[in-house]
Amino acid sequence: MNTTIIAGLLLVLLAFAYQAGWSRSTRLAPADGGRLHSRPVYHGALAAIWALVPALLILGLWALLSETASRAFILAQLPPEIAGRDPAQLEDAIRRIRQIASGFGVAGDTAPFENAAAQALREFNALTFAVVVAAAAGTGALALLAARRRITPRLRARNEVETAVRLGMVACSVVAIATTAGIVVSLLAEAVRFFTFVSPIDFFFGTVWNPGFSTTGSAGGDYGLLPLLWGTLMVAAIAMLVALPIGLMTAIYLSQYARPRTRGIVKPIIELLAGIPTIVYGFFALVTVGPFLSATGQAIGLDIRATSALTAGSVMGIMIIPFISSLSDDIIRQVPQGLRDGSLGLGATPSETIRRVILPAALPGIVGAFLLAVSRAIGETMIVVLAAGNSPFLRLNPGEPVSTVTVTIVNQLTGDTDFASPQSLVAFALGLTLFAMTLVLNIVALYIVRRYREQYE
Amino acid sequence: MTPQQERLALIRAGLSARHARERRFRLYGVTAIAAALGFVVILFGIILARGLPAFTQATLSLDVAFDPAIVKVEPKPERAEGQSPADHHRALLDWQRKVTMLNWNRVVEQAVRAAAPDTQAGARQILSIVETNARFELRDMFVADPSLLGKTVKVDMLASANADNWLKGNIDRSLPDANQQLSAPARALADQLREQGNIRFAFASHIFTNTDSRSAPASAGLAGAFVGSLYMMLVVIVLAVPIGVMSAVYLEEFAPKNRFTDLIEVNINNLAAVPSIVFGLLGAAVFIGWLGLPLSAPLVGGLVLTLMTLPTIIIATRSALRAVPPSLRQAALGLGASKTQTVFHHVLPVTYPGILTATIIGVAQALGETAPLLLIGMNAFVAQVPGTPLDQSTALPVQIYLWQGNENRNFFEARTSAAIIVLLGLMLTLNAIAIFLRTRLEKRA
Repeated sequence: MNTTIIAGLLLVLLAFAYQAGWSRSTRLAPADGGRLHSRPVYHGALAAIWALVPALLILGLWALLSETASRAFILAQLPPEIAGRDPAQLEDAIRRIRQIASGFGVAGDTAPFENAAAQALREFNALTFAVVVAAAAGTGALALLAARRRITPRLRARNEVETAVRLGMVACSVVAIATTAGIVVSLLAEAVRFFTFVSPIDFFFGTVWNPGFSTTGSAGGDYGLLPLLWGTLMVAAIAMLVALPIGLMTAIYLSQYARPRTRGIVKPIIELLAGIPTIVYGFFALVTVGPFLSATGQAIGLDIRATSALTAGSVMGIMIIPFISSLSDDIIRQVPQGLRDGSLGLGATPSETIRRVILPAALPGIVGAFLLAVSRAIGETMIVVLAAGNSPFLRLNPGEPVSTVTVTIVNQLTGDTDFASPQSLVAFALGLTLFAMTLVLNIVALYIVRRYREQYE
Repeated sequence: MTPQQERLALIRAGLSARHARERRFRLYGVTAIAAALGFVVILFGIILARGLPAFTQATLSLDVAFDPAIVKVEPKPERAEGQSPADHHRALLDWQRKVTMLNWNRVVEQAVRAAAPDTQAGARQILSIVETNARFELRDMFVADPSLLGKTVKVDMLASANADNWLKGNIDRSLPDANQQLSAPARALADQLREQGNIRFAFASHIFTNTDSRSAPASAGLAGAFVGSLYMMLVVIVLAVPIGVMSAVYLEEFAPKNRFTDLIEVNINNLAAVPSIVFGLLGAAVFIGWLGLPLSAPLVGGLVLTLMTLPTIIIATRSALRAVPPSLRQAALGLGASKTQTVFHHVLPVTYPGILTATIIGVAQALGETAPLLLIGMNAFVAQVPGTPLDQSTALPVQIYLWQGNENRNFFEARTSAAIIVLLGLMLTLNAIAIFLRTRLEKRA
């Protein structure tokens, strides 16, 4: 109900302020004999901004403080022998009083002090609510009066509204920076806490991953990053072995050989692969690809486990095909037609043109696309969670299960709220490693792609 | 032979090999495309083949007698004059507890026995083919309508997951008893009821209306996860679209070219490529650890997904803005419009189709995201439809993750595939809407 009242109040204030600004400016216009600098819409909008901003500030402040204030009030109402109890009982008493005050009541009898406190709380709530609403409405109205008084035909209302809009836009653009800053700061802060338990050297160069259980609260365990890094790189390498040839050849064929009709049908179908959620790929790997690879391995005398680096890597490769093919497609199409025509005119076959002229010209861009794809493969989570087998050991055989950085982040942090033990904090150190790796890959890739574009523009 | 003729002969000699190489190269290309298309077909084919059977489920329809000899309970309490709501609530709970304590399993068992009087199966075996929550359904029917006492009504109940497996043939029927999920008499009973028509395969509408359930796997549904996803998408749309569009407009139309705006640009390009799980870590540390927002809440999930979707929307909106011909801006400016007026009245409306497409693509991407949600606790088991964005909840992709890990593999593989079909269906619908709206809006513009 309170929310409805507040929303209603704000709407009324908004409408009233807009109307006030609008009507005053229109009335002033002929009185002055001249023309308004800004159209009445802007005067209305300016008045609305003036009225709403202080009201919103007051309401926001109240939203932050109300919980603390009501709690302090209840505590002040409690008789000393109750207020001195241990925290759990105190919480219970506060909860009971709030329930009585809300009108629902509590089961069983109520103590007289509870009734009194509840009564007082009810009055306090009503009073503070009235005061806050009145204060918000009052300051809003005062600000509106001031804004209204400012209105003259010469007032540059449009410019002021535009400044406000522009400020809002800058604030929106800053969100992106704030996100990056938030990622870096939060990962760093928690990772530093982790490094108070485990030395960075043990973490970055350790070859054993065995973090033990978080219940003990001690560091007791080995936090070697290398097995996880090895698993990550192996899965990513297998993925690229699958995705690069298929993706690149698809892009070459579609851009150089295929008729426009074929291209128009095939390209969207392949891009369907990019829209499928990764959890679906993970399930696909788990129930179909894993058993299939395992059976194939048995038939040719290889020992391949159903959940292994090979399973996760090959499915991840399928996921990355559209990524590579559409990026390479863009890049190949940017190679100037003149290079192609020249080569064909000298008698080279189309495939010779592609291999000797187009691909070398497009190589930097393709390398950039490749790096972007690698960074995706490294950061991919759900496929490896389901299909890689989660076994953090340094092994060379891709048919064996592995574990990756992302899998371990999920395992160490899932459902944990209390980031105090090294077992959960390590997730942030791993996240930082992952972030740094993908950041470097992305920056290098974007740099190469941009340089390449400039070359032909 | 002249030198020219010699060279010509040399070229001719190599020609067939070069043409063979050309054919080989084209073959590689065709193979690559065939492989990629093959993956699409196999993926969708397998998901459909596994998931579609889960949309029908073995359902028992039985005459259930609310026998007063079993359902022995006093009448439902009414709220007396002057009784506080809390006390009445307690009396009601008392009565409900008594109703719950009744042996509803006996009611179910008697109903099955009435349909198959000569079965060899004992009480336990009979109950093993009926979904465990059938008794709660009967209880709830009775609580809602106490006048059912002594009457006999026709009730549809789900068969248990094991019975469903057996009747669908998901489990090898020739396996020895020790490897079967149901005992021999229970299997015979299930077959008999199927023959009599008491068990039929009905459309499993509960997949859409029920929430997840541990004790009664056959009746587990997606409703809770669906509402959770819906709340998150609402948060994403409400936050990501205005913020994304505004910052794209600022960067593309207003921002001066300086260090600061360069920084924002590089930033956005990098954010677009940051692994999604890192956003999950950000959510866990900042929203839950520092700001103290609740675990498993769709609001937090929505915030994390918003940050993840922002770069997509910004980048797409910017390219839409860039495609607007400069003549439009020059015309507006030339007629005396201010910069802001030009952008908001003339440039932005032209880009609505592009922004709309970007929004839907971003939302579809957020809808399918799983990894960051695991880190903010949205993989908790939740058996209720969340009422507000602050209640505990799961999401559709997380529900898929939870179901694929269920121990009852035979049953849940199909159920997981069914959930995947629902998710993919939603995403395809979103994309179809995007394409439809874009073509309509573009025609009008």
